[in-house]
Order: sequence, then structure tokens, then C-alpha cells
Amino acid sequence: MDRKGIMSQLPLRAQLATALGKGAATLSRVTGRGDGSVIGGRIGLVLEPQLLTLLAKQRRLALVTGTNGKTTTTRLISAALTELGEVATNAFGANMPAGHVSALAGAPKAEYAVLEVDEKYVPMVLGETGASVVVLLNLSRDQMDRATEVWLLAQRWRNALEGSETHVVANADDPVVTWGAATARHVTWVSAGQRWKEDSWCCPECGNHLHRDDPHWECKECGFRRPQPTWRLEDGTVVDPWDRRLELKLQLPGRANRANAAITLATAAAFGLDPIRALPRLHQVTSVAGRYTVVERHGCQVRLLLAKNPAGWLESFDVLEPAPGPVALSVNAQGPDGRDTSWLWDVDYRVLQGRPVFVTGERRLDLAARLEVDEVPFQMVDNVDEAVFRARAGHLDVIANYTAFQQIRAAYGRVE
Amino acid sequence: MSLRVVWIYPDLLSTYGDHGNVLILERRARMRGIEVETVHVRSDERVPLQGDIYLMGGGEDRPQILAAQRLRNDGGLNKAVAAGATVLAVCAGYQIIGQEFGDDQDRPMPGLGLIEARSGRGQVRGVGEIVAEVDTQLGLPTLTGFENHQGVTRLGPSARPLARTVVGVGNGDGTEGAFYGKIVGTYLHGPALVRNPGLADLLIAWATGGPVRQLPPSWADRLREERLAATRPAPTG
Ligand SMILES: [Zn+2]
Repeated sequence: MDRKGIMSQLPLRAQLATALGKGAATLSRVTGRGDGSVIGGRIGLVLEPQLLTLLAKQRRLALVTGTNGKTTTTRLISAALTELGEVATNAFGANMPAGHVSALAGAPKAEYAVLEVDEKYVPMVLGETGASVVVLLNLSRDQMDRATEVWLLAQRWRNALEGSETHVVANADDPVVTWGAATARHVTWVSAGQRWKEDSWCCPECGNHLHRDDPHWECKECGFRRPQPTWRLEDGTVVDPWDRRLELKLQLPGRANRANAAITLATAAAFGLDPIRALPRLHQVTSVAGRYTVVERHGCQVRLLLAKNPAGWLESFDVLEPAPGPVALSVNAQGPDGRDTSWLWDVDYRVLQGRPVFVTGERRLDLAARLEVDEVPFQMVDNVDEAVFRARAGHLDVIANYTAFQQIRAAYGRVE
Repeated sequence: MSLRVVWIYPDLLSTYGDHGNVLILERRARMRGIEVETVHVRSDERVPLQGDIYLMGGGEDRPQILAAQRLRNDGGLNKAVAAGATVLAVCAGYQIIGQEFGDDQDRPMPGLGLIEARSGRGQVRGVGEIVAEVDTQLGLPTLTGFENHQGVTRLGPSARPLARTVVGVGNGDGTEGAFYGKIVGTYLHGPALVRNPGLADLLIAWATGGPVRQLPPSWADRLREERLAATRPAPTG
């Protein structure tokens, strides 16, 4: 396929919309109003509502969605597909159509695109782009004051995938994801594990209590059950459909990232890329938009972990330095975080006993009340630097939710 | 002294940190030397009859309908209430303990009829902080919490509103929640007892049959003051 000409192949109005959108993005960047990845796309879409469809034409796209791990998995899949050619991607996590337009317009010659998509936007973006692959990671409660409830989200995925020719890569260990993917014609099932189960004790098909014998699950009432996966994650190894054992040596920490990597390898295979060729690319990824970044502060290695919801916090606890390594928790409740802090009560903090714990952020009192009940001793601090001073350790892990994380990142110079 | 806390259907009705109410009751009872035994009743299990306090949380439309059907078939909660049990039901649970509630199309679905209340779907979703002044009969300080629901609830003559709303939507008519005997329903979702330790103590007092002694202030009290200060309308003039 000739990639050089994709811009000149666009209708005139789409070319103009793309150019003006890019101009606005540049302006937004140089005036310091943001990274420009949303404003440019927004302007482009106003001028040409079909822009996303036009920009997606003649490319092979993967859409990546789920409650947790979208940004990281998008990054991993992009890294893998680089083995095949240039890849367009919304690396800044701008995961709605304006962000997708910017990503595609920014890489006109890329034959491949990997787009992180907000869970709610999957039907629309799939419809507009006709993506060849859709990756469904997990579904759990998240910012419930504005997000849609999980069964309803899965229902929308079902509707969007019914009759679609797209190739779905989905986590078979998550019953709600499985239900959301079950109407698709072509599915690669991956056994990627499911740590957080509080949103899938009941059958999404009929509502009866699921019989679970991890990783297997099934409904004894209606027969809805875990499909047989062709890929599976076994501790640090991914077993592929040809029974090859691919050993993961990721620099990204934790079980959740091994799950993301397993799904990435299955996605690479869906693009015709041998996972053995993809694997070294995954090992090169060190941090994703500030996540897992280590910053040196006054002789202390401060590691930043982003966790936005109960399932994310559970996975973050998994990657902490062993006790008595200190940890700082920071929670805000601004719009992007969800204004409701009730979710703090869905997380079991007792695993933090036995190490110094610091609480900070705009809703530190919510954290204090929560830790008090779990009998986890803590110190309240004004910011992460104060935790660094008080911890007097060589390493400090920081777990923060969305805006709290961005504030810390900004204070440390927008670290990547 | 001992207290049996029964959490009804955490597998179906638990979306917003509902577990917090269990933890607060356990903590505040144990700090007073009361032994606590907590039972999590899954939706495929029978509701035990010997509980002292029954807790019911929030849920999506479908789980709410399923939970109501199962509790009606089971009959255990109604029997326990008839025998004098204490109940705290929040959000979807609050609607279920009433006579009827609306499904996703606002068709009426039968509830448990433990309290004279009928709920339906409102025009707008009430999402945000809620502040409400409790019925003086209960002798409790101001309620503070978070609501997230599209329900509208009308009470019959035997049920009394739990509180009058100062900020937020509540039942939709300037009142919030309901109580009748030892049953409390509220739209304060999830961990409603965290910021309202007085309500937790009232439930414990009802269930143990006597007044409970004061506890020293906790971080939850500071959180409560902070939330009230942040949410209450600024004084005018
Ligand atoms: Zn079933």
C-alpha cells in the first residue's frame, strides 16, 4: 500500500480540517495550554464530522479499552507493532474521538494505529473507524459518580460487536468482559487473570451467583461459562496457542502489567506478528506517561504509581517494595477522579500494616478515616516531599489517583 | 454482650463502598466491648433469621430487581424484622425495603414492604454531596454523605422522613430517607455511617436494647466536620 499519499487522498475539506486542527494543537502547545492532543482534534471534527472515519481509512487499527491498564496496554501494543511499521497512537491518554483524530492526523504515513478508547466510546469509535482489532481488558467499578455501571457498559459492547467482523482479543478470566465480548464473531480468549472480583460475583447473563474455581467460572443456572482460552498467563510466562512458553522480562512492575503483556502478545498475533518478535519490544518499555517513573528527591528514589479505582489500588499494592518500605498515598476528588470517595472503602488496606504510611492529597482526611478503621498507623503530610523527609529511606512508593498523580508529576517537572 | 451483623447480598448489592458500613458498626461496637459476628449472605444463600442488624447496599438496575425478587422469595428479612431486627438500607436497598420501586423503564416492581414507601425514577440524577437535618425524634446531628441515584421516593403515613435536605436531592421533595420502628432507609449511598457515627451508634443502641457510651473523637469526626464545612451553603449577608 502506498502510504505517502494518504493526506492528498483525503477530500479537500478533511485536508483543511486536519491542517487547521494541527495548527491549533501547535498553538495550544506553544502557549502552554496543554499538550494539544485534544483541542486540535476537536477543531478538526467541527470542520469535518467524518474526519475520524477518513483518517482511519486504509490503516489497520487496534482499539484498546477496559477499566484499568488501557494506557499501558496501548503503549505495549504500539511498541510491539513498531516491528511491522509506523504506528499512530494516542500516547497521552486522550481517549475520546478528538484525541483519536489528533493521533491519526499526527502520523499520516502510519499504516498501523493503536488507540486507547474510553469504555463508553467503544461502540462509536468502532463504528467510525471499522477497527480490525478490539482489545477488551477488564471491567470494574470506577468513578461511579460519572461513569456508567459495568453491566450496562458490557451490554453496549455486546450491541456494538454483534455482527461485526472485527477481531476481539478479550480476557476470559473476567466474566463481565467475556459477556461483553460474547456476541463477537471472532474472539481470541486470553487467560490474563482477574485479581479484583467484587464486580463479577454474579452471572452477567442471568444474575445468579457464579460458581468460581479460579481461573474457571461458570453459571450453574444458565450455563454461561468461561470460554477456553488459547493464550494464558502463568506467573511470569505467557503460553501461546502453539504451546510455546514466552518468558516475560518486563521493566514495568506487577501482575497487572504481566496481564497487559499477555494480551499484547495475543493482539500482536492478531496482526500477524509472531509474538517472539514482539516480545523484546515489550521489554524496552520503562514507564508510561509518568506511571512507574522514578524521581530522585533529596537522595530518595520516589516511584510514582497511578491507581484510579479499587481494582487499580489492589494491583498497586502488588508492586510495592516489600515492607518495611515506606509508602505515601495521595487522593483527590476533583472531576476526573470522581467527586465521591466511597470507593476507598472497597479497598483492604491492612496489607500496608508493618510499613511507614503517609497520607496526603486534597482528601487526605478520607484516607485517614479509612486507615484508622483498618488499624493501619499513618502520618499525615502536606505533600510527597514532606513524606520523603519523614521517611528517611532510600526509596518511597507513591500511590495516587488521577489529579493527585498529575499534581505530583507537575511538581516534579512533568516527568515521563 | 454480642451483636450479629448480617450484610445482605454483597455479591449483588455492593457498588459504592457499602462494606464501610459493616466496618464502622464492627469498630464502634467492639470499642465498647461488644462482640461482633458478621455474616455475608450471598444471593444464593438463605437470609438468617437471628441477625441483630441487617445491612443492604446499592446496586445497578438489574441487580436491584434480582435482589428484590430473591429477598421476597426468601422471606427471611421480613421475618427478622417482624421479630424486632434493626435494618439500615441505602440507595437501591432503601428502595427495595419499600412497597415498590421503578425498574429501568420505571415500571413498578414489588419491594419487601418493610416500610411504607414507594419509589420511582426521577427526571434527573441526583449526584453530589448531601446535607440533611435529622428528625428531632431521633436526636442525631446533621447527616452528611454523598448521593448518586435517580430515585424519587414518597412516604406513606406510617413512615417518617429521616431528615430534611439542606443540600442535595434525597427523596426529591425536600426530605431525605425514611424510618419506621428500627428500620432506616437513606439515599446517602455507600459508607453512609463513616461520616455519621451518631447514626451508627443509634443502630447499635437499637440492636443491643440500651444506650451506648460515648467514644473518643476519631478521624471520621474530623472528616465529617471538613465535609460539612465544604458543603454547607455559605451564610448570606
Ligand atoms: Zn447465568
